[in-house]
Amino acid sequence: MPSIVELTAVQLAEAIASGEVSASEALEAYLERIETIEPRVCAFNEVLADQAKTAAANVDAARSTGEALGPLAGVPIAVKDNMCTAYGKTTCSSKILADFKAPYTATAVDKLQAAGAVIIGKTNLDEFAMGSSTENSATKTTRNPWDLDRVPGGSSGGSGACVSARMAAAALGSDTGGSIRQPAAFCGVVGLKPTYGRVSRYGLVAYGSSLDQIGPMTVDAPDAALLTTVISGHDPHDSTSADRPIEDYLAEVETPIENLRIGLPDEFFADALDPEIAQIITKAADACKDAGAKIVSVALPHSRIDSGSEGNLSSYAVACYYIVAMSEASSNLARYDGVHYGHRTEQDVDGIVELFSRSRAEGFGPEVKRRIMLGTYTLSSGYYDAYYNKALKVRRLIKNDFDRAFEQCDVLLCPASPTTAFGIGEKTADPLTMYLADIYTISVNLAGLPGVSIPAGFDAAGMPVGMQLIGPEFSESKLLRAARMYEKLSGVTHLIPKIARA
Amino acid sequence: MSNIIDIDQVRHIGVLSRIELSDEEASQLPAQLGAIVEYFGKLNELDTDGVEPMAHAVGTHNVLAEDSPGESLSPDDALANAPARDGDFFMVPKVIGDS
Repeated sequence: MPSIVELTAVQLAEAIASGEVSASEALEAYLERIETIEPRVCAFNEVLADQAKTAAANVDAARSTGEALGPLAGVPIAVKDNMCTAYGKTTCSSKILADFKAPYTATAVDKLQAAGAVIIGKTNLDEFAMGSSTENSATKTTRNPWDLDRVPGGSSGGSGACVSARMAAAALGSDTGGSIRQPAAFCGVVGLKPTYGRVSRYGLVAYGSSLDQIGPMTVDAPDAALLTTVISGHDPHDSTSADRPIEDYLAEVETPIENLRIGLPDEFFADALDPEIAQIITKAADACKDAGAKIVSVALPHSRIDSGSEGNLSSYAVACYYIVAMSEASSNLARYDGVHYGHRTEQDVDGIVELFSRSRAEGFGPEVKRRIMLGTYTLSSGYYDAYYNKALKVRRLIKNDFDRAFEQCDVLLCPASPTTAFGIGEKTADPLTMYLADIYTISVNLAGLPGVSIPAGFDAAGMPVGMQLIGPEFSESKLLRAARMYEKLSGVTHLIPKIARA
Repeated sequence: MSNIIDIDQVRHIGVLSRIELSDEEASQLPAQLGAIVEYFGKLNELDTDGVEPMAHAVGTHNVLAEDSPGESLSPDDALANAPARDGDFFMVPKVIGDS
């Protein structure tokens, strides 16, 4: 039998259910990996070893008395540290929540636990999920398991690195503008952002409420399918959660799609795309075509990417996304005022407003401050129509483009990121340069559609290249089946970096 | 270097955002924020006359809950992370009577 950490989450769940492996053994194997690898990768804000051991022992006890086990019983899963857990801390990798202990557990995490999963730890992220490299974390710098001098992507970089380096069988991330899909691409794992509303946001610390979604980061599509099923569903605590039945994605994931029509958006294959990545993605599309899929060219005019001034790429969708996300963030982060929880300044203050202003100044990192301020500006009197309202109209146009494209195809195929993982410190000088890392992912959040990033190959430096599949709303089943078709066709799946080899 | 946002505006935004800015921050932010706001201006190239704004992707509106009592946080749970506490109250510096 392969080593425990080389099993997929689905395989591990089966091995535990059959008694081949105990939950305690499985956890031990992962804790050992954390001990060896974590000092070099730094993916975790907190490892919950004691609690995980109790949970694993409970699974073993249940099994020995013949109790029915949940579909993820005994499987060690990591959770991004912007999801509330009633145990450990929930810091969002921010000084302002450095000691925060949430009084409840996020619904998605709760559902994992109800399915028997063992929560092994909370992973590092860009502060409040604002970033594309995890470098904005106030806690630590997470490194890419494929090359420790490079970033794991962001903002779910800790979760991506964790799964890639086999320090957990799977992980949850959150995605507001690509924060699951881009680190998945950088770390060589599968990352799915479900349709907006598919998974409850209750307990997910809010960044952009109309954009945020929780989703799985896993080694392959069947694992993503199982996790997505477990975490989805209507939640009365989240009024934006969809009142739709839960689907069994795992049951269908191995069934190929007949006459699959794959759309390639013209705008995403323009000059701006790195030629190496373009070649890998195009080869992937060709392989699908050879296997019987029909490839069609589609247009997403408002997601156009041009070479702009000063070497920056120019994109309506990026401008639209950042206005919307920053506006919503300025409102969502107003709650961190030093009054009820979180950091409060210890300096003497002259009144309550100074209490707010100084606590926030001390507690927030520079990128978070920038976004709050920009969002405040775009919503302020005199600017609301020019920026926020304008962005909402462009958002409608971006959505309409996708609706039109899906009249001609089942799924869209495009890059997940314009580059592979860049060096730590390489893009931190100019915020705008970092924002442009999201060009292929943000439209999907604006439109509320599901998107998945799957490994497509490697660049010349040996870094993973991710390709993105996008589907119409609530088409997770089709997306996962298409992803699985590609995994079986190409063999590019379940990638293991050298650092993670036993 | 863009002139879209000057230092006075930056300080004003700081006040609205309830974030105290150091002199160093206040001097760097006009350029940083200005460059980004200038980028936002790109949307003016698009004709959006008659387009309905899209605030979110959900089909539902006004989801209401039954007006019936249920479980909520106990005072102890609610106050567990309070920086300063006085019995069942969050303690803060004096609010009333300040200008």
